[in-house]
Amino acid sequence: MTALKLTNLSKSFGQTEVLRDINLTVEEGEFVVFVGPSGCGKSTLLRVIAGLEDATSGTVEIAGKVVTRVPPAKRGIAMVFQSYALYPHLTVEGNMGLSLKQEGQPKAEISARIAKAAAMLSLDTYLARRPAELSGGQRQRVAIGRAIVREPDLFLFDEPLSNLDAALRMNTRIEIANLHRSLKASMVYVTHDQTEAMTLADKIVVFRDGRVEQIGSPMELYNSPANQFVAGFLGAPSMNFVPANMLGGPKSQIIGIRPEHLRLAETGPLSGTVQHVERLGGDTNLLIQIGQPDLLTVRLFGQHDMAVDTAVHVDFDKSESFVLDAEGQRLENTPPE
Amino acid sequence: MPGQMSRARRNPVTVAAMHGALIIYTLIALFPVFVILINSFKTRKAIFREPLALPNAETFSTIGYQTVFQQGDFILYLQNSLIVTVASLFFILLFGAMAAFALAEYRFRGNMLMGLYLALGIMIPIRIGTVAILEMMVATGLVNTLWALILVYTAQGLPLAVFILSEFMRQVSDDLKNAGRVDGLSEYTIFFRLVLPLVRPAMATVAVFNMIPIWNDLWFPLILAPAEETKTLTLGSQVFIGQFVTDWNAVLSALSMAILPVMVLYVIFSRQLIRGLTSGAVK
Repeated sequence: MTALKLTNLSKSFGQTEVLRDINLTVEEGEFVVFVGPSGCGKSTLLRVIAGLEDATSGTVEIAGKVVTRVPPAKRGIAMVFQSYALYPHLTVEGNMGLSLKQEGQPKAEISARIAKAAAMLSLDTYLARRPAELSGGQRQRVAIGRAIVREPDLFLFDEPLSNLDAALRMNTRIEIANLHRSLKASMVYVTHDQTEAMTLADKIVVFRDGRVEQIGSPMELYNSPANQFVAGFLGAPSMNFVPANMLGGPKSQIIGIRPEHLRLAETGPLSGTVQHVERLGGDTNLLIQIGQPDLLTVRLFGQHDMAVDTAVHVDFDKSESFVLDAEGQRLENTPPE
Repeated sequence: MPGQMSRARRNPVTVAAMHGALIIYTLIALFPVFVILINSFKTRKAIFREPLALPNAETFSTIGYQTVFQQGDFILYLQNSLIVTVASLFFILLFGAMAAFALAEYRFRGNMLMGLYLALGIMIPIRIGTVAILEMMVATGLVNTLWALILVYTAQGLPLAVFILSEFMRQVSDDLKNAGRVDGLSEYTIFFRLVLPLVRPAMATVAVFNMIPIWNDLWFPLILAPAEETKTLTLGSQVFIGQFVTDWNAVLSALSMAILPVMVLYVIFSRQLIRGLTSGAVK
């Protein structure tokens, strides 16, 4: 059974089209991440799926039922918000139990489900506290707990980690991944952070300007991006784009090479001077001026002593590069094996 | 900013100047109240001979208070004023907040126009429509009832309430309201349980702004509800002010007593103001 199916979904606010003709399925138990720059419509799409916004046209199907005109509470979904959105006047227990109380579940069932979710998220000792007395990470766990107790057909996450600091973000990311494994639930997760997308997703959907650019598993998108946008958006540091005429190709084409596929060599097709060195310990990133507006990023494994202004030559394997036309579409199918 | 504040606070000259200005302002604001209070406890002659002197054994007199309680039904007037003020504030806050929520939360055709229309009342004094209001009250048989006053004051207070509250409601987190919707709360529950507590400071501000003019109003009680059983305190006190003779003892005593309830209401609302400001840090 499919957990979510969107058919020809469009949404406009007045004259502005925010979502254009979205077709998409989420299989049961799948973790799907919507990724894209801010303003690309991914959060709007999530709100349309939740029923918080109405679609202008098209249908939303959740767990086999068309829910386009069904209110959010009856769609079988649960949502985790970026700003936690906990009810300030209720305790942790009250926050988690409210939706079940609204559904009219028996008291014993409610407390059993809360206890289970609290144990999962190690919130047992905080049940009597109010949101104001919790730290940011704890609040986000309560928000996740509030979603778990509903046992929904589909979980929706709206940038749940962006209010947390870096260390906590990684922990919570792992926690969400574990949660997905143990619940085997279908999840849709919106983020603008490509690391979150790559690490969490079974399937990534890349958005731009309200359109789906490409759908695929993280490695499919990384190894075989459909166009310049997807190629540049996934992977960090992001892909280098070099005009093909610098490499002896036709003027209208662009060559894309990932920083990790470039290497320093005695001779090579590209040459320039080192303008900046980023030493990360495990990696060293060289930013090289090669006579075009964008600097060329070379990612070297390990630690390298490299002075600024050194002249270097850079080489790469043709099979690991991508050829793009002037519009940024992939030309040849050159899967870099 | 906090750094600058504390630096300013440390400088003794600035501190003295700041406190000096505030103390002077307080004295100016409290002076008339003080004069009313001391003179209400003096004999008539003493009031005119030395208006600024404190009452002493010779000049002390409670004749004003006795007159107030003998003539006219002071307790009834007080009760009328309280009913009218509290009921008007209740309706202003209830309907004002509901309209503000609708304007802030829902996208519908004419939202902007409706907001402008509702705010227009801020610029037009309601007293211009007195004749029409009186005709309406006569037609509906509401003349000489407290309802006449409550309705008029509610209408008078709504524009500013809608204007202020809708600004504050826009600031309430969308995620919180949406979380309520996903959890199956009705729009009414979202409004009363989630949004209203968060805009409580703004509600208290609106209440304080509206309370004093309603309590002190003489115009509408005189025109719409001058009957003995619906007189408000302000109107009731007028019996002591005649064209030729004014019973100053009674007037000052009545005014002194009229200050008390409004002060109690003010303290209640300002408590809310402060509590709202300090507990607002939810996120």
